[in-house]
Amino acid sequence: MAVYLHADSSKCSGCKACLVACSLAKFGVNNPKKARLAIIPKFPAPGIFEVKTCTNCGTCAEVCPVDAVKINEKGAYYIDPNECIACMACVKECPEQVIFTHPDYPVPFECDLCGACVEVCGPGVLWIE
Amino acid sequence: MNGYGGKILRINLTTGQISKEPTPTHIAEKFLGGRGFGIYFLYTEVPRGADPLGPENKIIASPGPLSGTLAPGAGKMDFTTKSPLTGGYASASVGGHLTAELKYAGYDSIIIEGISPKPVYLYINDDEVELRDASDLWGKGSITVETELKKRLGEEFQIATIGPAGENLVKYACITHDFGRQAGRGGVGAVMGAKKLKAIAVHGTRDIPVADPQALLRLGTEAIKACKASEAFEVWVRYGTSGVTVWSNEVGAFPVRNFQAGALEDYSGLSGETMRQRIVITDKGCFGCPSPCGKYSYSKKYSIYVEGPEYETTALIGGDCVLTDIEDVAYANWLCDELGIDSISVGNVIAFAIECFEKGILTKEETEGLELRWGDPQVVFTLLEKIARREGIGDLLAEGVKHASQKLGENSEEFAIHVKGMEMSGYECHNAPAMLLSYMTCDVGAHHNRSWAITYDLQVGRDLVTDDKVDRVIYLQHVRPLFDCLGACRLQWVELSIDLGLYPPILKAITGIDRSWEDLMKISERVWNLTRMYWVREVEGFGREWDYPPPRFYKEPVTYGPTKGKRMEWDDIQRLLDTYYQKRGWDKNGIPTPEKLAELGLAEIVRIGV
Ligand code: SF4
Ligand code: SF4
Ligand code: SF4
Repeated sequence: MAVYLHADSSKCSGCKACLVACSLAKFGVNNPKKARLAIIPKFPAPGIFEVKTCTNCGTCAEVCPVDAVKINEKGAYYIDPNECIACMACVKECPEQVIFTHPDYPVPFECDLCGACVEVCGPGVLWIE
Repeated sequence: MNGYGGKILRINLTTGQISKEPTPTHIAEKFLGGRGFGIYFLYTEVPRGADPLGPENKIIASPGPLSGTLAPGAGKMDFTTKSPLTGGYASASVGGHLTAELKYAGYDSIIIEGISPKPVYLYINDDEVELRDASDLWGKGSITVETELKKRLGEEFQIATIGPAGENLVKYACITHDFGRQAGRGGVGAVMGAKKLKAIAVHGTRDIPVADPQALLRLGTEAIKACKASEAFEVWVRYGTSGVTVWSNEVGAFPVRNFQAGALEDYSGLSGETMRQRIVITDKGCFGCPSPCGKYSYSKKYSIYVEGPEYETTALIGGDCVLTDIEDVAYANWLCDELGIDSISVGNVIAFAIECFEKGILTKEETEGLELRWGDPQVVFTLLEKIARREGIGDLLAEGVKHASQKLGENSEEFAIHVKGMEMSGYECHNAPAMLLSYMTCDVGAHHNRSWAITYDLQVGRDLVTDDKVDRVIYLQHVRPLFDCLGACRLQWVELSIDLGLYPPILKAITGIDRSWEDLMKISERVWNLTRMYWVREVEGFGREWDYPPPRFYKEPVTYGPTKGKRMEWDDIQRLLDTYYQKRGWDKNGIPTPEKLAELGLAEIVRIGV
């Protein structure tokens, strides 16, 4: 089994600290809109936060026409911005919908298992295994 | 400017004009943000004597430099306005995700002026700012409107809205956000209602400019880890503020029967344990909060989802009106959210009405046949609806206990529980001088959040009326409200005891400015004195008497609970005030001296702020 970022959504309180930590760690900016995981609140009912993380399933790598999705030393898929042609096939095909885009960047981005989010999660929702 | 969105957004509802101004650097330096910005703009822009519900009053909504960043609990936003409830300064803070979103859209304050000719909502999507028609939303409940606007605009939009109570100018109407968070106190919702502004919807995608992002990641992570390592962490996260209920009863701090008693005979139905077991379905945190106090609940009995009830609601609607089943309190809480009413004020108002009924001051005719009794959930639900819609007796009660008691007479002023016109929050303090002084001198009226000194009373001896209690109150009045300037939550410090020293380096990483804790305390003291001067300016004859507690606390002893038989002495109250004024550098009438104002760099603002 591939190593990936696990999440126990039932413990999530929706604080989004993970998203800020992600943006700081990966882009050096404070902006949760540039994070590589997603917190989806379902309110007023049923009252849960759904945490969406990359499960390292490899679909993105499979669909990329130019092999821009590579594997890093932790075993995580990542998008090489130098090779990506921004066709958005990976964004569309990701079954978890966790390949993200932001107007500030020409190419999409995904979780590379840096773990910054895990450290700041108060309720212990996230872990890498 | 690092740490700031960079712009002030100004909305004139009368003309529909929308403009953006750069955030003034010297104001950011002097007042930080949040309620600091709030009082600065209120003092300098709203003309003296403005009608709180008229076009001259403004609502100033402000995040702070920590808002939306990786500081622990970076999710607090302040709403400042002239209060329709008290006629003085109002500042209500709300958690959730609004403050962060506003920063991502690039704004440090929204200043809302004038009155719209028709119901509108404010739409903010980064630079795109519009007033949109809200005629179809008018009359609808807060939760309903939030759900609807999210459906129309998208989940990413953060919504603040008023309910029918705000529209009907209930003097303690609140603003609701994030399905159960409230800017509760002082009637900020009524001001929005008067302005015909139904809601604010914000979405932002920008970076918050940060001086040293790597340091912020490191220091923010460290502070969050300190929260998690706290001994109190687990219990706090499990119960949130509902963990206070049992403690409060056991020490006799729980308001019961309109603050006549300090404990409930049987409070097991309201305990944090009961609540967690019976209704809580998930923890719900504000933006950036590692220790979520929000408990999201489902009541089977009423088929409703509701955030809470948190301690204050349990105290004022549970204890004070003697509802002893958590599901009844949860339903009342849901009604407060949907109708848009501050649950603290309304709990007091209903308890006051029940006592009036008991004493024959209110009759069955006046209540349209409703028999007001302690412990009857239907009475509470019915009165909530009537107040929100100003129907029958609800019209009088919508004015708050001060006004209602003045109107009713027959000595009801003796048990109208308020200071400066604001109903008291949930700590009984016949036998807690520091807590009573906190209420007396709080800058918005009888509110607990500026200084929560009751634990100090317990720690050093609750009968004592000593100078160190005054020192403690002043210290707390500087530290706690400072968090409302920073735009972050104070509870990680209050409840988890994380080191205050963790914050200045985080603030430096964000803003690039090196400030010691003492520097920050000076800013807080500046804000405190300017809010005091606002009262002096707005309320004719303002002074010492405005700081007096409700007579119940010094005239009538507690009827039940561990403090039974206790009450405050009038001389002690006077002594507390003398010491407090003297330590603050105010005169005997409680007015800041020119020397004090000069020391804080306020002389000029006070001189020109007409
Ligand atoms: S980003 Fe999506 S497609 Fe790629 S590995 Fe992760 S879950 Fe699979
Ligand atoms: S967007 Fe880039 S990484 Fe994704 S599939 Fe297209 S080329 Fe590959
Ligand atoms: S940090 Fe943890 S609790 Fe907060 S949103 Fe992320 S996963 Fe949820």
